[in-house]
Amino acid sequence: MIVADKKPIEEIIKEVENYSKILILGCNECVTVCEAGGKKEVGILASALRMYFLNQGKDVKIDEVTLERQCDHEYLEEIRDRVDKYDAVLSLACGVGVQFMAEKYQALPVYPGVNTCFLGVTEKRGLWTERCQACGKCILAKTAGICPVSRCAKRLLNGPCGGSTNGKCEISKDVDCAWQLIVDRLKAIGKIDDYENIIPLKDWSTDRAGGPRKVAREDVQL
Amino acid sequence: MRLSYPTNIKIIRVPCTGKVDILHILRAFEKGADGVYAVGCLEGECHYNSGNLRARKRIEQAKIILDSIGIGGERVQMRNLSSAEGPKFAQYALEMDELIRQLGPNPIKLASKKKAA
Repeated sequence: MIVADKKPIEEIIKEVENYSKILILGCNECVTVCEAGGKKEVGILASALRMYFLNQGKDVKIDEVTLERQCDHEYLEEIRDRVDKYDAVLSLACGVGVQFMAEKYQALPVYPGVNTCFLGVTEKRGLWTERCQACGKCILAKTAGICPVSRCAKRLLNGPCGGSTNGKCEISKDVDCAWQLIVDRLKAIGKIDDYENIIPLKDWSTDRAGGPRKVAREDVQL
Repeated sequence: MRLSYPTNIKIIRVPCTGKVDILHILRAFEKGADGVYAVGCLEGECHYNSGNLRARKRIEQAKIILDSIGIGGERVQMRNLSSAEGPKFAQYALEMDELIRQLGPNPIKLASKKKAA
């Protein structure tokens, strides 16, 4: 899922303090799971902002809506009939949702309420870690299901480097060496001989290096 | 025991302090409460294992939010006692009453009154 983190309330206040009708728009998908922008976080932020503005003597109307997703037309269309009532939207979706909202409602200022961080997993409640950088050409088949692009600090395709010590990366004792994990798992699945195969130069044109990307599938387009 | 404690304290019963959410605390302040405190079981003695520990974390979160919007995080507190400690319950109530009197009324309540006037 896309992992996001809350923005400090002070930062959000600075962005929206000059508006008088604000819609706080949550998203029921990834940001709900990582507890940054779901219905509950929308409620908490709305309550905090209402109290802040009241305390400042400002008359600000704050409404709460949480959509199923903010990255699809049909869900964003659900608010079309009432969006005119607001002079700003504070979206707690990931950066994708904030941008799609901004694209669809051209004349409406949209502000982000979260910092979008990475594609990752919930290791345990309150701890999310990165697993994928969406490089566009998956090599997990060759690396025993562990991604060196996202988990090796140097993105080495043939590792480890000399900075690997006792299974940890030289950048921090808290970071596992991805290549140590790969070697361990190759052994566990009985494919350690594959470690001898050199992974060739990667085509990075499908990564961000090739500019903004798109997937166009004519087989499913209507 | 027939102990007395300040009459301005309104008790909201929950099955476990683990039920108390940040939103419940914020709504209480939005509705004009001057202070909120959660009284949970002693740490390590939660019937549901970690309800009181969760409550403490949520209280800490609420403190941060209330500080950042200028209401004051000290207005929300967590206390622990066992169900056999009546005198301590009364003592906590007195302490909370004293703390809130020092801090004064909830600024939201004053702002709402001004708005209504």
